Amino acid sequence: MLVPGADFPHLCTQCEDYPCVEACPFKALSVNKKTSAVLVNAKKCTACGKCIEACPGRIPHMHPADKKIVICDLCNGNPQCVKVCQEGGWNVLKTVTRGEHPYELYARRPDEQTRNLATKLYGEKAEEFI
Amino acid sequence: MEIDLSDGTFKDVTFDDELLEDYVGGRALAAKILCNRLIDEWEKVDPLGPDNVLLFLPGPLTGFFPGGRVCVSGKSPQSNGVVGSTVGGEFGVELRCAGYDGVIVTGQAEKPVYVFIKDSDVEIRRAGNIWGKDGKETNTLLNKECRRLLSERYPRYGEWKEPAKVYIGPAGENKVRTAVVMAKWTHAAGYGGYGAVMGSKKLKAIAVKGTGPLPEVANLRKVRRMINAVNKNAYDNVLWRRWGTGGGGYSFAANTSSEPIRNWQEEWHDEKSYGVDQFENRVWVKQAWSDFGCPTNCLKIAFVKSGKFKGAITDNPDYELQAYLGPNLGLFTPEENVFMSSLIDDLGLCGIQTGNVLGFAAELFQRGILSKDDLDGIELKWGDAEAFAKLAKKIAFREGVGDLLAEGTYRAALKIGKMKGKDVLQYAVQSKGIGIGAHGIRSGKDFSTDIGYACSVQCGDHTSITDLPLDGSGSEVWEAFNDSAVLCNFNAFGLPRNFKFDFYNAVTGLELTREGWAKGGGLKTLQIQRALLLLGGPDLKWNPRIHDDNPARFYEPLPSGPYKGKAADRTSVRDNVQKYYQEAGWDENGVPKSDTLKKLKLEDVDKALRKLRK
Repeated sequence: MLVPGADFPHLCTQCEDYPCVEACPFKALSVNKKTSAVLVNAKKCTACGKCIEACPGRIPHMHPADKKIVICDLCNGNPQCVKVCQEGGWNVLKTVTRGEHPYELYARRPDEQTRNLATKLYGEKAEEFI
Repeated sequence: MEIDLSDGTFKDVTFDDELLEDYVGGRALAAKILCNRLIDEWEKVDPLGPDNVLLFLPGPLTGFFPGGRVCVSGKSPQSNGVVGSTVGGEFGVELRCAGYDGVIVTGQAEKPVYVFIKDSDVEIRRAGNIWGKDGKETNTLLNKECRRLLSERYPRYGEWKEPAKVYIGPAGENKVRTAVVMAKWTHAAGYGGYGAVMGSKKLKAIAVKGTGPLPEVANLRKVRRMINAVNKNAYDNVLWRRWGTGGGGYSFAANTSSEPIRNWQEEWHDEKSYGVDQFENRVWVKQAWSDFGCPTNCLKIAFVKSGKFKGAITDNPDYELQAYLGPNLGLFTPEENVFMSSLIDDLGLCGIQTGNVLGFAAELFQRGILSKDDLDGIELKWGDAEAFAKLAKKIAFREGVGDLLAEGTYRAALKIGKMKGKDVLQYAVQSKGIGIGAHGIRSGKDFSTDIGYACSVQCGDHTSITDLPLDGSGSEVWEAFNDSAVLCNFNAFGLPRNFKFDFYNAVTGLELTREGWAKGGGLKTLQIQRALLLLGGPDLKWNPRIHDDNPARFYEPLPSGPYKGKAADRTSVRDNVQKYYQEAGWDENGVPKSDTLKKLKLEDVDKALRKLRK
């Protein structure tokens, strides 16, 4: 995504401390108890953008027409993106549970992720593209 | 949207529904627009001058049919006709999401510029800092600059992703006739030479970000269902997904004897060093790499990790580049091939056309027609990747002998012929100014028949070959639909014959059938393209009696392999060409007949062609 040509999904990882929820001055964000997803109450959202700044991955996305924040809600526990990725046989997206992995490792800024991917692909040449 | 670079203005243009129903989009619409605007003065329009019209046209299926493509067109500096050259990537999708169904570029800028589009926010910006940069640098710098602009202007959007771009490398800037319009990273619209047209207009790039939705479709449920069907079909295509066209570098030589080797002197090899497994294990660092929405991901990222060519990066390379920048130059290892492809990408050259001209030069060197002195001291021996790399750079910058070869194989052959007083055209493997794609016809085992290139309105373009009958499965009208809709041939492999048309109808709400296209829009497109190709000019004109033919090489018997001794047959080709003329409604000289054109309501084309009829 930030390295030209090497795109990859860039989604909410449900941080344990939810800085976006904390940062919202209008209490428009909440956490779904069942799925741990961040839910947006569109009625309360004023499009101030504070959650984008607070998010370590700058994940929240402003809907260009509705002017409301959009955050992945995990499709109520059954993420469709994971489903189609599995159908296509790429096996890139997978749902994981809190216990499975050190969770913090997933919550990285896109520029950091980009650097990692570029290094994996191009080795020492990676820096030229970032 | 129409952009006039001469005075830096842009405006919206629209077309009648009726015209759009006939011409769909992409290649067909491009032919129609060029015909309407330029047919009366076509012969005088210099493809590399300010009067040429450069078009970037997605089609109605762009963004819906999995695997987005956009069609680039204009008057071609290679054939002096019209070529619909399509390129993958997100450009067409972003453009449609920004609210445009295409970009028409006219005029010529004084200083290098690029166009930045974010929905209705359109700006022509100075490109001084990126002019002269190679392909990957251009892409990286543009990416940074556009992301900065977006986050400054729209700070509360979230993280801006990479905008879609089309751009040129140094070859386009120097108006090399084999220059491409690059997209994304290593994608290119090659046939036609539209990179040179962008360069002549001093247009370095167009970057676009659209945040709107795609246009509404007529039958959303049906479109959804059909997208899933395309995906399912592609998932079953296991070898394509694993290897893309990369399997061809070995198989088109070993199995079908149709791969260019040393400028087509041979078409067969059994070099297992060039097998796709060697590419897979030695250079592919990313197995699945695709554009937005593509279920096939036929591209892979290739990177040379060690050795002399360490650091070279490109995609697969796909079969065409594997062949033309491999065996055609006497190179038989993945590393050399990746090195050459990476360089060609960086220079913004077409791998096919440049591979063709490099092979041509090397054969002249082999035969002693071009000496080391003629080649500025380069000893152009088969298999010497570094020598070919040096020459490719000279071509891109039009230095010394590169200036001559930058004219493309046909024009270079004419000039060298004059210079040396010898007929060197017999070594030029091209058709009407366009180098033949890497699928030979001599063995008869590949997909093109003996008139596939000779009668095509896109000449040497292997993605637009034709065959008899004109409404049969090998006809060019179906390629014209793919390039007009605009959709990816590979994602359409194995789908039922009517599928594309059903898809088109579900999106547009129209009722177009296969027959309707073959007798209507498709046929009209062929006639317009044929007419403009024959009108030609200003530097070259085609005489169908001479030029509707295969390159001389295809009549020489294959010297090796299981199909040794096979060649195209002159009598059979001549007969089939005449049959094709008849079927297409052209006279015995290959000019579309008055009746044919009037029946298709192409009176303006008929009028313009009068001077060609005797």
